[in-house]
Amino acid sequence: MSPTYYLYLSAILFTIGALGVLLRRNAIVVFMCVELMLNAGNLALVTFSRINGDLNGQIMAFFVMVVAAAEVVVGLAIIVSVYRTRRSASVDDASLLKY
Amino acid sequence: MPAVILAANSMHGGGPETAIFWIFAPLSVLAALGVVFSRNTVHGALLLGGVMLSLAVFYAAQDAPFLAFVQVIVYTGAVMMLFLFVLMLIGVDTRESLVETLRGQRLAASAAGLGFLLLLFAGLRQAVITSSAGLSVANNPPDAQGNAVAGQGNIFEIASLLFTRYIFAFEVTSALLITAALGAMVLAHREPHEPKRGQREQMRDRFKIGTHPTPLPGPGVYARHNAVDTPALLPDGSPSELSVPPAVEELRLERGRNPQPAELGGPPSRTRRP
Repeated sequence: MSPTYYLYLSAILFTIGALGVLLRRNAIVVFMCVELMLNAGNLALVTFSRINGDLNGQIMAFFVMVVAAAEVVVGLAIIVSVYRTRRSASVDDASLLKY
Repeated sequence: MPAVILAANSMHGGGPETAIFWIFAPLSVLAALGVVFSRNTVHGALLLGGVMLSLAVFYAAQDAPFLAFVQVIVYTGAVMMLFLFVLMLIGVDTRESLVETLRGQRLAASAAGLGFLLLLFAGLRQAVITSSAGLSVANNPPDAQGNAVAGQGNIFEIASLLFTRYIFAFEVTSALLITAALGAMVLAHREPHEPKRGQREQMRDRFKIGTHPTPLPGPGVYARHNAVDTPALLPDGSPSELSVPPAVEELRLERGRNPQPAELGGPPSRTRRP
């Protein structure tokens, strides 16, 4: 089968993740949607690697996974510390810098 | 594991891959929609785990067994567990406010998402991908004379790329991981506002008030009854109020139960047994 289908799937998953980031207010759900977008990007990278017959795309996906793991650790720590001080995990409540 | 790799290789381009794709692609799209629209955050996290697992299946079907395993171990194993831990820490039942902070944001976001998807699809339709090279050569490269040999497969080739061309990026990654671990520790650490109260301070406070320095008496233990809501008896036979915790006492009054020591099979209050 044509690998283009994987690219279409990756586009759909990326769009769903972006919609989640835009629509949801809970910081953890927003974060999960960011992970979804990263995963969709990885799928596209692996598919391109297959189309071109070149393993560099898989290496890139591997590095994306590593950076995503580090990002999750720091991001969740930030969410926890915001929750501790403000008792809320909503992205709308952390708006003090605006004023 | 070699069997899985071989299976992934033989799957390539054939009917099984089509079947796998059309089974797992709708599943992953539905699960991704579930992540966005589920009210319960834990359900969302589990559905995201489903998306990640089906992506691992796609990697395996596309001759990337190493990434398939890493996907399962790193994403479904580590990242999702971290998400669930933080969910439990923050509280599962935090309700999301349905008030729109920006007017019409939902509609605008949906329209933007739809437009973005159409844009991506149009671009993919324009892109002419007539043939795919496949990874059978890249995973098992021929030797210097150009003869096809039985190579060591995807994992070996990825390792040789990672430790030659990408060695610097790989080493920088270790610095990134250490920085992330340190950052998480610094962010999650909380300095206590006041020094911890030790046994000496607690004792001093208790005697300063002077009401009841000793531990409170335990509940009554009788022949047929020894629950925490039965009061102990004082030497003169009257029940001791101190022996029942206040919360339990409240609960008992609420339920209208007020057992007397005699009906519990305890010693009668006046006559003393020999």
